[in-house]
Amino acid sequence: MDTTEIIVTLTGLALAGFVIWYFFFSARQTASAVSSSSGVREVGITVKGGYSPDVIEVERGKPVQLSFYRDEENSCSEELLMPDFSIRRDLPAFKTTLVELLPQQAGTFPFTCGMGMLRGSLVVK
Amino acid sequence: MESTIKTETLDIEGMTCASCASFVEKSLTRTPGVQRAVVNFATEKATVDYLPAQASPATLKEAVVQAGYGVTERAPDTSAADRQAEIDEQKARAYAQLKRRFWVATGLAIVIMPLSMLMLWPAMMQRVNMQWLNYGLLLLTLPVLLYSGREFYTSAWNGFRHRAANMDTLIAVGTGAAFLYSLAATVVPGFFTSRGLMPEVYYDTTATIIALILLGKVLELRAKTQTSAAIKSLLGLQAKTARLVRPGGQEIDVPIEQVQLNDLIVVRPGEKVATDGILEEGHSAVDEAMLTGESLPVEKKIGDPVFGATLNKTGSFRFRVTKVGADTMLSQIVKLVEDAQGSRAPIQRLADKVSAIFVPTVVCIAILTFVLWFDLAPVEARLPLALVNFVAVLIIACPCALGLATPTAIMVSTGKGAEHGVLIRNAEALEKAYQVNTVLLDKTGTITRGEPAVTDFVPAAGQTASELLQIVAAVERQSEHPLAEAVVRYADAQQAQTIPATGFRAVEGRGATATVNGQAVLIGNFRLLDEAGIVLPAAVRQQADALLAQAKTVLYIAVAGQVAGLLGVADTVRDTSAAAIQRLQGMGIEVVMMTGDNPQTAAQVAAQVGITRYFAEVLPQDKAGKVKELQAEGRVVAMVGDGINDAPALAQADIGLAMGGGTDVAMEAAGITLMRSDLQGVVTAIELSRQTIRTIKQNLFFAFIYNTLGIPVAAGLLYPVFGWLLSPMLAAGAMALSSVSVLTNSLRLRSFSPLKN
Repeated sequence: MDTTEIIVTLTGLALAGFVIWYFFFSARQTASAVSSSSGVREVGITVKGGYSPDVIEVERGKPVQLSFYRDEENSCSEELLMPDFSIRRDLPAFKTTLVELLPQQAGTFPFTCGMGMLRGSLVVK
Repeated sequence: MESTIKTETLDIEGMTCASCASFVEKSLTRTPGVQRAVVNFATEKATVDYLPAQASPATLKEAVVQAGYGVTERAPDTSAADRQAEIDEQKARAYAQLKRRFWVATGLAIVIMPLSMLMLWPAMMQRVNMQWLNYGLLLLTLPVLLYSGREFYTSAWNGFRHRAANMDTLIAVGTGAAFLYSLAATVVPGFFTSRGLMPEVYYDTTATIIALILLGKVLELRAKTQTSAAIKSLLGLQAKTARLVRPGGQEIDVPIEQVQLNDLIVVRPGEKVATDGILEEGHSAVDEAMLTGESLPVEKKIGDPVFGATLNKTGSFRFRVTKVGADTMLSQIVKLVEDAQGSRAPIQRLADKVSAIFVPTVVCIAILTFVLWFDLAPVEARLPLALVNFVAVLIIACPCALGLATPTAIMVSTGKGAEHGVLIRNAEALEKAYQVNTVLLDKTGTITRGEPAVTDFVPAAGQTASELLQIVAAVERQSEHPLAEAVVRYADAQQAQTIPATGFRAVEGRGATATVNGQAVLIGNFRLLDEAGIVLPAAVRQQADALLAQAKTVLYIAVAGQVAGLLGVADTVRDTSAAAIQRLQGMGIEVVMMTGDNPQTAAQVAAQVGITRYFAEVLPQDKAGKVKELQAEGRVVAMVGDGINDAPALAQADIGLAMGGGTDVAMEAAGITLMRSDLQGVVTAIELSRQTIRTIKQNLFFAFIYNTLGIPVAAGLLYPVFGWLLSPMLAAGAMALSSVSVLTNSLRLRSFSPLKN
């Protein structure tokens, strides 16, 4: 093995390690639903290549309003799926789409784009 | 996520400050049955949790009005239609833009390809300055990259920032690597030549991949719009205006949103019924196919319900509005189909798990492919080989076929079901229906019509049938007993003349008496005649016994103290039941019947429709137990029922099918609702689920096999054995075709039509 091969091998392994860490193990952005002045629990989510925040904590048995603002035109994020709540919504680009739901069971419920690539989760406590 | 508590969102009018909001909130909270009310001043919305048994949207509205504010009547169908129209417009724009980007990429790729091929002819290479050619290719490739392919790069970057990797990540990394390598070879060729490498460029690869992926996207988008066509056509059924009858009798056309409860609406022949209501004046035949799948027009007379979006065929009529907006049958169907399309089939779980880890895993495989090729290939070719295979792995592994496999099939089939009057609650119900091997039918109301009908009319010797029927009908028209109604229906069907009866008297538990044409008439059971001292002749008694042996109810008729005839009454089997049951049996499904009737009646009906196994004398509370009994035999049971007392059994069954005439409770407990009271719907539902699951399995197979075979080939696994390498351009072509083929396979479900005998 020459020096170039060693460098390429080590760089490759380091890159693969970084990819695994970055996509699977790094810390996620979490947000809790906050009560507005009138008492509705609201969470604003920006959709741009992913959901931010992508982990949303809500309380069980309390209605929550998720407002998804889609800040891009890329077709990957045009659909929102929350299968545990039987919700499929089109998210128009550069518009806010409201999703209201009443979580009645504790647990973690994923939400994804239409093809399941962009992912977030609703944590009901 | 089911509960008895319902949530309603009201649009509040007239709130000017935060204290208004709290005022409305208090008023709502005090309303009986309201569990919780939250009013948002900013959005002018009230979210109310209430018990449907104690409160309704109407009482909530009343509470808001009492507080001094208004509720904007929402017409969700229209707003849903509007919303859909806006989304459609945006999608059409995106599609047009995508096509432009595709054509730019294709046009340039067509020029770039032959120019890149020049290198294959040594004679040409001597005449052309390589350096200049490379710069030319770079200039041609830049628009492909920056205009046509820009979305891939921005999307990949946005995804990277969110620690999300999607198909764009693979395309961006793949084409990006090919381009950057080529850029380096163009700008600093000395770096390569000094190391004994040819400064090769891959502009053709970059441009062609982008053009091919865009082609895939164009075809995909076109096919995807067809998967949601069913919902769109359902929304399009909604009438836009209604012809309102003002209290003064004046008729005026108003937009459908302005129609309110209790309005009187007139519908003329050929017009759509504006919303749901009860017919008050006139009669007609109405085509309800769009809601029930029933192709024959349904006769409507005073007191019958009419539904929005159905088509009035013959007569003109007026109806009183009982439901508007989201409460109408059409809106509920749309909601149900939308919900089903948003749900997840258990079969999708594996695909979901794979999708979640797919892209980062593929990126790692691609990196390792690069490293291995770089380390193992001959020094002079190692960099190009490593690069080409790295790009091929990334491009071939695009997971969109996997992501499209299940949802597209579910979308098409739930829409198709609605078209045939089969409403599927969720994807899980669809998957369960596929596994069914036993169908348990509740007899009354499913196999049979669920209402008594005259099956035999036997005038005694010396009686004229038509005259006797007139006399009988004259008496029974005055009665409200269900058996009397059956007799009247029969007489009407025979077009018996209407004659008057006087002195009508109902005799509790026995029958009725009246005077017709000056003669005393008795109609009822044997006791009625017996107590009146009327003797049954032997011949009549024999005929009565024959009817009783067929498990029919016998009505005795006496005119002027003499027995004049008999009527046999029974719950009759629907015309379509036997054929549908035979069809189910032909599909390899055992059909079992359950009834509260005595074994004799049960045997009679079972024999009539070709059922061999049945449970008789089943009490309503034992119905669910019978389902369990069958499940204990290892069967996957579909229960078909229509009444409140069927709800526990519908819920206990692996899949419950509620019949159209059924109650809301039954529908709530069922996974599938049949809009039409006809067992053919059960056949359609099971057939549809079988075809859908078959399609999903094919889709998943293609998607998985494509990736599992595609990745190793792209990585060059076959190279040591056969010398095969996958060109990144071929990988792009295959990748574009994969999602299109999955979509096309799902769209085949659109041609589904239920098999009928």
